[in-house]
Amino acid sequence: MRLTLAIILAFTATPALAQQKIDPARADAVIKSAFPTAPADWAARLTGDETMQQCSAARNSPAKDIAEVISKREQASVVYPPDNNFIGDWKKGEALAQSGYGLRFTDYPARQANGGNCYACHQITKKEVSYGTLGPSLSEYGKLREFKPEAVKAAYEKIYNSHVALPCSTMPRFGANKILTMEQIKDAVALLMSPESPVNTGQ
Amino acid sequence: MTLRFTMFLAALAVTALGAGAMAQDADTEKGLEKYRAMMREDPWSNPGFLDVDRGEALWTTARGPKNVTLQQCDLGKGPGKVEGAFAELPRYFEDAGRVMDAETRILWCMEKLQGFVAADLVKKPHPGGGQPVKELGAIATYVASKSSGEKFAAKFAHPKEQEAAALGETLFYRRSGPFDFACATCHSQSGLRIRLQGLPFLAEKKEAQKVVGEWPAYRVSSTHVMTMQHRMYDCYWQMRMPEVELGSEASVALISFLTRQAEGGEIAVPGLKR
Repeated sequence: MRLTLAIILAFTATPALAQQKIDPARADAVIKSAFPTAPADWAARLTGDETMQQCSAARNSPAKDIAEVISKREQASVVYPPDNNFIGDWKKGEALAQSGYGLRFTDYPARQANGGNCYACHQITKKEVSYGTLGPSLSEYGKLREFKPEAVKAAYEKIYNSHVALPCSTMPRFGANKILTMEQIKDAVALLMSPESPVNTGQ
Repeated sequence: MTLRFTMFLAALAVTALGAGAMAQDADTEKGLEKYRAMMREDPWSNPGFLDVDRGEALWTTARGPKNVTLQQCDLGKGPGKVEGAFAELPRYFEDAGRVMDAETRILWCMEKLQGFVAADLVKKPHPGGGQPVKELGAIATYVASKSSGEKFAAKFAHPKEQEAAALGETLFYRRSGPFDFACATCHSQSGLRIRLQGLPFLAEKKEAQKVVGEWPAYRVSSTHVMTMQHRMYDCYWQMRMPEVELGSEASVALISFLTRQAEGGEIAVPGLKR
């Protein structure tokens, strides 16, 4: 039994052992030279910040202590609406959930507001059948949470910076990275949490 | 060919009206599978073969400032040997002092043998929607097609080849850009999709073996052949990164990693994609 286990371990461990370590500085240099036409103000796009570096190194499964550091650091980035009203217009939220526009090199100069492209990864309303499955279904999101005020705030935080609740989440940090404005995030929150939203009425 | 292709597009359009997303996805997949089956009956019906022929003509035509053909180009199996060469790429080339995939090697030959300026060739190396694949891409499609039916057998024995694949693996998981995306964001689980587009789990060898050998592929949505370097460029575009350079160490490393993942998988070029 123990021998079998040892053999299994020996085999499963082989790819990991064969895996050559790449110095992060080497990867940085290779990336820098791979994008010779990058505008000067895009330099930060190439390197990623400390949180991204930690998530890359951990392949998105950070150890508990690192996860705590990430969550705390990212919490500091969240800016809340001054009037504590988190709910905007769900119709605008639906429009930005459909749009994948923004921040690609073909999107400059900007011709419209950035989108959140939520449907790329999430099921949201029943009506939209072309949705992705990289993220969890958001169907009946508010209803399932009984429209509680703390759930409204949590939804805002998740869209603003998903790494607070889930360090090394694969979802973009829409607020912290200035992909969406505060008003747009409130519209997205409305799509999820407003009782009139088709997400919750099932229309 | 034209009639069958139109039928396929019509099938796609009809399935797009389907009811549930899952059913719709399955129908689209069925439509595509039906078209692939028709292609097996008549393998020459893939429009990508036009670029295979174009690539072959370009390979054998005297061109460039030096007015020579590419028939002395060494793809790794000796000057002029195209048959089976793609199956053993990427590899380390002593004369260039670096690891190269097919497109990077062809670029090198166009520069060294024919006298083209590499910087000009990588300025706008990929076609826009509706435009045919560029000359370099057509040559790469021809070269890859000459390994169709063979299995990926790049050796990754040279330390530089091993390093390229390891570097590619690191880059696969490297998050960057304002959306914090890495290749792994979309390609490290099985059975998931963006909108209705299924995503291969490329960190898993079995799935890599199924899809990597289909590139270069004819893409129905953009009506042209897309090469592997173009595929990397397009992923980085979606990741909100700048334009990744054809032949850059990063793109060659990623292709090295994917090819190592696909080792033993069959090459079927040109493939056909949505």
